[in-house]
Amino acid sequence: MMNKQKSIWVFGDYRNYYQNRVTLQLLSRAVDLSRTLKAEVCAVLFGHDIEEWIMEYTAHGADRVLAIDHPSLTSYSTENYLALIEKLARERDPDIILIGATDFGREFAPRLAKRLQTGLSADCVGLDITSEGLLVQVAPSFGGNMLAEIVTERHRPQMATVRPGTFKEIPHNNERTAIVERLPLPADLPASRVRLVEYERAVQREHTIENATVIVCGGRGMGNKNNFKKLDELAGLLGGDVGATRPVVYAGWAGHDSLVGQAGKHIKPKILFSFGISGAIQHTAGLGEADFIVAINKNPQATMMKMADVAIVADSGDLLRHLIRELKKRIRE
Amino acid sequence: MLNIVVCIKQVPMVTELPWDEKSGTLRRDLAAGMMNPACKHAVEAALQIKETQGASITVMTMGPPAAEEVLREALAMGADRGVLICDRMLAGADTYATSFILASAIRKKCPSCDLILCGAYTSDSETAQVGPQLAEELNLPAAAYAENIEVNSRTLRVRRLVDHFRETLEMELPALVTVSMERYQPRYASFSGLDRAFTRAGISVLNAEKLGIASADLAGQGSRIRVRNVFVRKAQKENMMITGAAVRAANEFLDRYEGKIGAAIGKSIEAKK
Repeated sequence: MMNKQKSIWVFGDYRNYYQNRVTLQLLSRAVDLSRTLKAEVCAVLFGHDIEEWIMEYTAHGADRVLAIDHPSLTSYSTENYLALIEKLARERDPDIILIGATDFGREFAPRLAKRLQTGLSADCVGLDITSEGLLVQVAPSFGGNMLAEIVTERHRPQMATVRPGTFKEIPHNNERTAIVERLPLPADLPASRVRLVEYERAVQREHTIENATVIVCGGRGMGNKNNFKKLDELAGLLGGDVGATRPVVYAGWAGHDSLVGQAGKHIKPKILFSFGISGAIQHTAGLGEADFIVAINKNPQATMMKMADVAIVADSGDLLRHLIRELKKRIRE
Repeated sequence: MLNIVVCIKQVPMVTELPWDEKSGTLRRDLAAGMMNPACKHAVEAALQIKETQGASITVMTMGPPAAEEVLREALAMGADRGVLICDRMLAGADTYATSFILASAIRKKCPSCDLILCGAYTSDSETAQVGPQLAEELNLPAAAYAENIEVNSRTLRVRRLVDHFRETLEMELPALVTVSMERYQPRYASFSGLDRAFTRAGISVLNAEKLGIASADLAGQGSRIRVRNVFVRKAQKENMMITGAAVRAANEFLDRYEGKIGAAIGKSIEAKK
């Protein structure tokens, strides 16, 4: 018997295409992995008026596109999409299914994995193939402070959701061709038990603390609200944002918008200043992706000081005042 | 009256945990635990439903014996009873196996429950997978990341923000919802509540046998994934310590790192010569 052609599927998540190119990034990584596995790369796409995406996915690396285009699929529906992809996966038995770790993907993928009785790793930041041909799924835990290499040894497909921005997309190539299978909506598609009553695109702020390059965070160690407010001045000088810990937000020194951590924002600045913060997990869980951390604290033993690249042992308020004064002298526009 | 089950998890309270190099799993026994923050929001959501229209709330967790603490905390907040699923045989379960075990416990202890709430994600593994997979196990309609939940007779209305879309969803009960941390700021348990919660009965403990889960089931419904290796991400941290008077420390810091800061903000930073 001839060996079945192995297939790596990438779920086509296009709802925020212009802000989030995770599907194209996954196609690119799937192309790399497919060389090792001698597999084809297949994009799976549901929706209405989706020709644009069929062309995009072809131009960005798909060998095959499975597309179901129907007016009833105009808006995203977890239950509808689940029924469709489950049926296709049972018929065609893909070796790997990759799904972007968007909010939608992270609700959709676990349910698909359960239906297909297979494993799934969440929000991966790396994918590779072992010498035995297994998919290595590198998943973060503890706010990104640790990484785990995960494999699904005995069950298929091997599934992962993958964090947007992990891989680079292949440049658009109009010359590429793919086998496009336009499939009908199955007649026996069960009606979704969840009704979408209304939806609207939320107003997106251009600038948010989540995408700030420099963030100045303050904690209880700032002593009082006046000292805390001076963090604004440092953030202003550096074109950055101010973040806060939970006790500070509770004390009313800062708004809930600036809460950084488990219950607040997860940040990824190039430089993070951390003033008077001890480093409780509720806060540090939001810092896993900060590139370079400068912590200022009187206590050199504080967790935050141990996490930092640069630990300055000083009174937070004093250090802040001197840092602002010196920076003003040194910054050239 | 509504029967609500809230599935909660105890998570470690520290940032860096030692791991067992043989099994690739974390030594959870070495850290103090707390209720996962999103789970606490889910308990709060259940309590608010209870206050407006009456409900009986069962909180459920799976974990080591110490996980009973988070059930007691939820009782102190106002939940009515707790279920602890505790068995060495069930340790190290992935989300696939965990959702199977939780579903078995719900079928056993609350077969007629109307609404199941979970936290949207946990602070330790952060998979956000158990809630959606539990919905599949119980074959329920579901919504993740709920910011607001309303129940009108048998209809559940959920508002949520997903991928920059504000959505309002409706489904009929029974249903499962995972709760985000946007709203439902959890209340504090009062001291008298805590006192009562830690002294009264009200927690039943289930092991695998009582759940009717045999090792053969775990072969069929057990974990799908295996952790091959765990490592700390930040291998090349700078580890510079600066001490001394604040004015000297500020200058030393800038002397050393003005290039790095300048590059990050796209401006030139240099000391006047």
